[in-house]
Amino acid sequence: MKNYTQKIVEKYHHDKTRLMDILIAVQSEYGYISSESIALIAHELKMSDVDVEQTVSFYHFFSAQPTGKFSIFLNNSAVANMMGREEVATALEQETGIKFGQVTPDGLIGLFETSCIGMNDQEPAAIINNRIFTKLTSFRVKEIIRDIKDGKKIEELYSASFGDGANRDVSVQSVVSNNIRKIGPILDPNYKIGEAIRKITKMTPLEVIDEVKNSSVRGRGGAGFPTGLKWEFCRNAKGERKYIFCNADEGEPGTFKDRVILTELPRLLFEGMVIAGYAVGATEGILYIRYEYKYLETYLEKILEAARKKNYLGKDIMGKKGFDFDIRIQFGAGAYVCGEESALIESAEGKRGEPRDRPPFPVEKGYLEMPTIVNNVETLCSVVKVILNGAEWYRSFGTAESTGTKLLSISGDCRNPGVYEVAWGFSVNDILAMVGKSANVQAVQVGGPSGSLIGPDEFSRNLGYEDLATGGSLIIFGEHRNLLKDVVLNFMDFFIEESCGSCSTCRILPSVLRTKLLKIMNARGVQQDIEDMVNWSGFLKASRCGLGQTAANPIITSIKNFRHLYEARVQSRKEYDTGFDLTKAVIEACEVTGRVPNI
Amino acid sequence: MSKPIVATTSLAGCFGCHMSLLDIDERILDLIELVEFNKSPINDIKKFTKKCDIGLIEGGCCNSENVHVLKDFRENCKILISVGECAIMGGLPAMRNGIPIRECLEEAYLNGPSVKNNTEKIIPNDPEIPIMLDRVYPCHEVVKIDFHLPGCPPRADLIWDALVALITGSELKLPYEVVKFD
Repeated sequence: MKNYTQKIVEKYHHDKTRLMDILIAVQSEYGYISSESIALIAHELKMSDVDVEQTVSFYHFFSAQPTGKFSIFLNNSAVANMMGREEVATALEQETGIKFGQVTPDGLIGLFETSCIGMNDQEPAAIINNRIFTKLTSFRVKEIIRDIKDGKKIEELYSASFGDGANRDVSVQSVVSNNIRKIGPILDPNYKIGEAIRKITKMTPLEVIDEVKNSSVRGRGGAGFPTGLKWEFCRNAKGERKYIFCNADEGEPGTFKDRVILTELPRLLFEGMVIAGYAVGATEGILYIRYEYKYLETYLEKILEAARKKNYLGKDIMGKKGFDFDIRIQFGAGAYVCGEESALIESAEGKRGEPRDRPPFPVEKGYLEMPTIVNNVETLCSVVKVILNGAEWYRSFGTAESTGTKLLSISGDCRNPGVYEVAWGFSVNDILAMVGKSANVQAVQVGGPSGSLIGPDEFSRNLGYEDLATGGSLIIFGEHRNLLKDVVLNFMDFFIEESCGSCSTCRILPSVLRTKLLKIMNARGVQQDIEDMVNWSGFLKASRCGLGQTAANPIITSIKNFRHLYEARVQSRKEYDTGFDLTKAVIEACEVTGRVPNI
Repeated sequence: MSKPIVATTSLAGCFGCHMSLLDIDERILDLIELVEFNKSPINDIKKFTKKCDIGLIEGGCCNSENVHVLKDFRENCKILISVGECAIMGGLPAMRNGIPIRECLEEAYLNGPSVKNNTEKIIPNDPEIPIMLDRVYPCHEVVKIDFHLPGCPPRADLIWDALVALITGSELKLPYEVVKFD
């Protein structure tokens, strides 16, 4: 163990800001990060043990205990449940003889739950040793567990056919499907690699920024900040170095369009990063990818290497003196909050992914205290098309305030889940017609759990920053779904699991709200509980980041748009009920003492 | 106008809050002028004989009897006040909340270092004994509580001031040293 760990630390030049990479390597090699490993890494990096330990303990895919030779992480998102996760989970427990959170006594298999892994269009899905398994059934589970027990290798667990497009590439070979249903200017496969880079070598950086500003392209991650403005801020900020980050953390349940771009159009994305680097004067780009997409690592590295050979990356790019830029890939290790830009930077520096206080904003003081741009995958791809075809062309798509197109990740109760590229400005009804809704639609979750749950009354609203803003996730719920249980409760569990715990509002309130929700679902609620949930949610606005501020949205938006679901379950005759159940509270003591409850 | 009626009880508490109430010293004579006491350990009235205005609750709920007494108070008192940390947050008894009740009972009656002569390995199970709850509950998780008086115990002055404010309908002064706890 000592040798391997030391070798890894040396590979990263004893640089403690590369702690994530070191821990990922150790975790992959041994299946866990032991206290001995922590002590050794700390010693080699000249850090204290607890500094290493706090990073280890923060991320879902780091473990202090062995996770089994085959670690199975089954997604527990709302859509996974809708698509039959329960049956798969039961089969996994039956076939392995263990419960979730346990490892088989022989150390062969570990079973764990995990938040949405970006496969909502092909659920139920799981990650086994960094490989994705989609559309699982109880039959597939039996097959997989039998093969593992027979001593087969992870590659041998795949069935014969791989997914579509680049998922078949020799360096990917995954069963994941892209499910690209509708292409537009971004997803257009017929673009010439390097053309945009060649074009900017004849432009000044300020001209590039002006073009981006004129296009009015806004951040595609969800917040919608004007991209050109962000670049200008960063260009004007003082710092001896500047950094371009691409945010491919894509943790919002129901979103998977970045995964499709990373699979099909990574060159387009890299080109966008090069353009951003040129515009703001940065020489280093970092692509921060969520750990769930680790199966794309070899493939992406291969493409980066090819780009270097063609001089799209490296020194004096396309012969332009002083135009230097290179990209490295940084993996996360399982934390939704790392999609928040300052948390992402903290994580890339090897720390816990806790959002920073702002100001200063990353454009002034970001990665390693230097001016840093963090842009979403889709944003950077959009910029390439803006440069190629001009701002005016780009503005011809979409609406006045929301220019261009948006990649939508659509899942749930519809015939054709997948990725759709549409211009901004279409209504939810239009989108539902496009995807082939399969049943009477009861509700649509727009923008993932941090967005809103809307009902048919609002289906005429238009997607766009001026009306219904979204990072692109639309989850459709048919009339047969139990919205409180299948959706709202699942999303609250998600926020509780993913809170970094830094702000007491976000650490405590979602749990309190969940308790209230359960009370109402168990028919013990009263009218006041509904009002309490609405009023108390307001305190979350005091949280430091978007996760905390939106952590009550599943409850607030469902109360707003589906109040009848709550009111139908509360007790009309009571004004107050704590929900306390004496019968339940004495069960355990009666079992221990062998008494009959005589309460 | 008849005097307001006060009832008090100690659930899973140490009687420290009641002691603190007695610490109002000679003001107890004023208090008797101000209010009438009903069910309370202070006068040893065991059962409510009439509806009360104010119920003072010391301690949280650790067993079924605590729950019945508390519910009885809720039914018979217009205003219920959680007095002290145990009533408000479970207090010291709630230190067992992180440990399953089975482990607690086995440690107390079977495995603990002070256990001797329990050769039949009996955990007390007489039907007369109240049944332990799975954890210690603060009072507001069992019934509606109207006010909380913090402290361990709340200072005598605070109890006095709060009672007087409530009875006379005046505003309670809450100086810094009353609400800080470090």
